[in-house]
Amino acid sequence: MERTTLDLWVGIFVVAGVAALAMLAMKVGNLGTYNMSETYQVHAYFTNVGGLKPKASIKSAGVLVGRVTDISLDTQRYEADVVMSLDKRYQFPKDTFADILTSGLLGEQYIGLVPGGDSEMLKNGEQIKMTQSAVVLENLISKFIFNKASEPVNPK
Amino acid sequence: MVSAFVAAIRVTGHRSINAVWRTGMATRFFFLTLMYSGNSFRRFHLIVKELFSTGVLSLIIIVVAGLFVGMVLGLQGYETLRRYGSESALGSMVALSLVRELGPVVAALLFASRAGSAMTAEIGLMRATEQISAMEMMAVNPIARIVAPRFWAGVISMPLLAALFSAVGVFGGYFVGVIQIGVDEGSFWSQMQAAVDFRDDILNGVIKSFVFGTVVTIIALFEGYDAPPTAEGVSGATTRTVVTSSLAILMLDFVLTAIMFRGN
Repeated sequence: MERTTLDLWVGIFVVAGVAALAMLAMKVGNLGTYNMSETYQVHAYFTNVGGLKPKASIKSAGVLVGRVTDISLDTQRYEADVVMSLDKRYQFPKDTFADILTSGLLGEQYIGLVPGGDSEMLKNGEQIKMTQSAVVLENLISKFIFNKASEPVNPK
Repeated sequence: MVSAFVAAIRVTGHRSINAVWRTGMATRFFFLTLMYSGNSFRRFHLIVKELFSTGVLSLIIIVVAGLFVGMVLGLQGYETLRRYGSESALGSMVALSLVRELGPVVAALLFASRAGSAMTAEIGLMRATEQISAMEMMAVNPIARIVAPRFWAGVISMPLLAALFSAVGVFGGYFVGVIQIGVDEGSFWSQMQAAVDFRDDILNGVIKSFVFGTVVTIIALFEGYDAPPTAEGVSGATTRTVVTSSLAILMLDFVLTAIMFRGN
């Protein structure tokens, strides 16, 4: 069978279509979790991660310093084990504090790092000891309601 | 006065009966096409030739339209989401609306007007210039030789075009949302990946575009095959192709969406 330019074009069309499907399936984003040149991994345990998702940003003083790579449940402690990869350029002290924060009122959640005063820096594979879990709105509201209910009715 | 009333009823009745009649003919035509499809797969170069005219030549309009639709989605989505402080959901909004709805539907509408009308005109003119009769004289089955390859070319190219449309649209939304407006790139992609499910969203979109491709192509081919062999007849058939297939796409889209995305 002879080759024609028509076959080439149809081939290009089919390949482009299949590539588009593949791109949709994998959603491109997997293409390099982030083009951060060099990263190191640290992990932290949270009692509740709320709506935190893999690839959520990690910020310190509002600057993007890394991404969450993995979230899993540690069945030894029944706490969420969050693995973060941080940019090599940014080193943090050992007593850094990790908070789960929310951007905006209903925005997505991210991890905020507040550095401590330790002279030793976090190394690859180490753990951030001090963490603060996500604020769950329901818990907040129920606490507020129960506090109100336990207050004595003050007579005027 | 009374006779005018009777005439109106008569015209309505005639049109309704005609519509039912044509629906029946189109269905029979569809099954005939399926029946005689075997041959066109054995002579695959016929399908490849038609893939060129339906698929490859529709590429540019699909890609450009997809890019702009994605960019508009990025802009509009940002404006709306900003009110709720959830710009980070832009990625999932753009991707979901493209993959579920706009990709299959808009690509099918463009396909109907770009490729469907051309198919109708081509076959209608073949009929008008008696090429189809000539084929029948030579004992060549015109449905097997002309209709079936075009049908399969349409069915194959429609899902590919819709996927291209969605993919390009996502990049259009990315361009406007992330590069121009400055939505966080990570949350754009991560929220998108979290929201878009392969089976529920992407596969259902592919099924939709497959159905649309089948319907649009069979309408276009039937209108062309059935066109009165005059200049007026062919032009009327071309118009009917675009109108009927556009309406069919939108109605079927509602039905399919109701089946696929019910209650979740």
